[in-house]
Amino acid sequence: MFANFDFDVIRRSLGYLFFDGMTFTLTLTGLAALGGLIFGTLIALMRLSGFKLLGRIAGLYVDLMRSLPLVLVIFWFYFLVPYIGQWLTGSSRPVHVGAFTSSLVTFIMFEAAYFSEIMRAGIQSISKGQPAAAQALGLTYSQTMRYVVLPQAFRNMLPVLLTQTIVLFQDTSLVYVLSIPDFLGAASKVAQRDGRLVEMYLFAAVVYFAISFAASFGVRRLQTRIAFVH
Amino acid sequence: MKHLRMIGLALAASFCAGQANSEELTGTLKNIKETGAITLGFRDSSIPFSYLDDSQKPIGFAMDICYKIVDAVKKELKLDKLEVKLNPVTSATRIPLMANGTVDLECGSTTNNAERQKQVWFTNTHFLTASRFVSKKSSKINSIDDLKGKSVVSTSGTTNIKQLTEANAARNLGITIIPAKDHAEAFLMVETDRAVAFVMDDILLASLVAGSKEPAAYVISKDAFSKPEPYGIMLRKDDAAFKKVVDAATAALYKSPEGQKLYDKWFMQKIPPKGLNLNAPISAELKHEFAMPSDSPDPDSYKAM
Amino acid sequence: MNYHWNWRIFWEPAPNGTGTYLDMLLSGLLLTIETAICAWIIALVFGSVIGVLRTLPSKTASWVGFAYVEFFRNMPLLVQLFLWFFVLPELLPHAWGLWMKQMSNAPFYTAAIGVGLFMSARVAEQLRAGIGSLPRGQKLAATALGLTTAQTYRYVLLPMAFRIIMPPLTSEFLNTIKNTSVAITIGLIELTGEARSMQEFSFQVFEAFTAATVLYLLVNIIVVTAMRFLERSLAVPGYITGK
Repeated sequence: MFANFDFDVIRRSLGYLFFDGMTFTLTLTGLAALGGLIFGTLIALMRLSGFKLLGRIAGLYVDLMRSLPLVLVIFWFYFLVPYIGQWLTGSSRPVHVGAFTSSLVTFIMFEAAYFSEIMRAGIQSISKGQPAAAQALGLTYSQTMRYVVLPQAFRNMLPVLLTQTIVLFQDTSLVYVLSIPDFLGAASKVAQRDGRLVEMYLFAAVVYFAISFAASFGVRRLQTRIAFVH
Repeated sequence: MKHLRMIGLALAASFCAGQANSEELTGTLKNIKETGAITLGFRDSSIPFSYLDDSQKPIGFAMDICYKIVDAVKKELKLDKLEVKLNPVTSATRIPLMANGTVDLECGSTTNNAERQKQVWFTNTHFLTASRFVSKKSSKINSIDDLKGKSVVSTSGTTNIKQLTEANAARNLGITIIPAKDHAEAFLMVETDRAVAFVMDDILLASLVAGSKEPAAYVISKDAFSKPEPYGIMLRKDDAAFKKVVDAATAALYKSPEGQKLYDKWFMQKIPPKGLNLNAPISAELKHEFAMPSDSPDPDSYKAM
Repeated sequence: MNYHWNWRIFWEPAPNGTGTYLDMLLSGLLLTIETAICAWIIALVFGSVIGVLRTLPSKTASWVGFAYVEFFRNMPLLVQLFLWFFVLPELLPHAWGLWMKQMSNAPFYTAAIGVGLFMSARVAEQLRAGIGSLPRGQKLAATALGLTTAQTYRYVLLPMAFRIIMPPLTSEFLNTIKNTSVAITIGLIELTGEARSMQEFSFQVFEAFTAATVLYLLVNIIVVTAMRFLERSLAVPGYITGK
């Protein structure tokens, strides 16, 4: 069955696959997770703040992002980001953005909706005594959030946040639809150039599986270690 | 105080007068001067116009023409350094990326036609090619009507897939049209028997066949979906100043003997990465166009001498 | 912003001769719904089986369930679709592979099966959580009454577990609908694919994608409302789900 397959093609393209493809994927994952978490926490705070309008806007944003397929959002932002840049910087023509920047913006905006739901659950799970005590101590709202509530929420939701990051890692493969060179895109390029679809796609599947499995195993271990009783 | 202000105004006025000597730059030229960089869009498998070699660097006939244009722009703007940024494009993304400012020149195998001119502009034509299809000899497909009821692939965003779609509807052929992301993927579909034919510009088909594992197994159809249509390097619409510079550069290149040499380099000699020789002598129509460069979208306007 | 808007594009004829651009988008929507429903049925069937396997006392069953879920959860959906569509036909004997490749509507079947199996792992996890959240007394009482394991699951555990997990299942169904868009990479021209085709033929990028967005939102609202209605009609009064 595997008689006329050429697995050597994998060895020959390892450099390109990992130095170009995997670094793109991992960098995108890392930065998007960070950006998504920050932006998501902001959105969660907006929803939980007392201001109805703010909460409404945040809620609409989250619902919108969660109703749309990621592929469609990727297309939207790829064509839209230069115009947004033009509007933000007030320049006379659309701003030049590369594929990486456009993908980064897309994933930050998209994942922020999911991270915001996680952080919202985390913040709400903190007992009311905490912010009450902080207020009694005379801390302002932002100090309460920064020093009391958010650190605890973050720690409680860490396993869920990490799981969402693993999902993000897998979702980055969708930049394939724009021929952007992430790990899967690199594997496809080699596959199409040399006609070795089976070898390259099997290899890509194995690599994604290995990384995701190891990561989720790590998260499970983390979960048991940080579990503590309130 | 009043004297200081007068002196200040006078200085400012003389400064402005000095500036007013240089032309007011607009559009792409202004952007290039301000950022010191120009962005070229390239293809990854439009052999031999714009494609990636073994070290994943874009090379090709259209790339070389673009570099000549870059030299002309550098001279025109009197810049010491002009950074050339490279941005990959596909058939489907080239026009939106041109419109939204991501690329300044698209150097590939883009067909110049009237409909596209509503969104972008083109400079002088650098090639003429008709839309045909490639299939395996063993499938015994000789004419467009033989494609009836079969699966045919073409690349998204091309004039070819549009012509195929229209022909399918007009002649009632019941073809299942499979869109592919780029030419390499589409050709692979024919190679792996997923589609019986791939509709594309005949020069691109010839290159893909020549570079395949078994060139003798394929045949390019005699039937064509279109007349020979012009390829042009794309630039932004309504940017007359930039177009003037680009047109001048390409016209100068084509009229000079260097133009013919560049053509021979990519079509009559061995090209990287596999050292293939396409052996496609310059057609009479294209030779005529090189002598009298034109950016017309009308295929009928290109005649032999 | 030098983009040339043209909202009347929807009523202009599409080049594939089947009507207007709006018709193109609607046919894509139909394909999305068909694929999503087929995939969801596969997901429910396989997911339920695996979910039950993971909660059985037998160690092998538990392990099989675990392996299944991990296999489908640790690979991106796109990679899985590629495996089904590009790799599988090459690994089979030549004649079968050829049949698979030249089957008309191959992208549809591949997408339905690929997305279905991907989602089945998630359904299995939800079901496992649902069964696990039932009071332990239920299973013990069933055994005390003399029911076999199969009967316990069929008459006692599963009916309640499914009701409990209806909200997360709703969101998994919505995920299935969204995930069908990934199949444009294997040639399934569903709603997102048609929006892209419309963008390529007419150059009206934002009109095309706005229409697709609106249609996805509509589908979302309809599904959420329908599932809420279903939830209410199936609820067992007095139980935690019978709110």
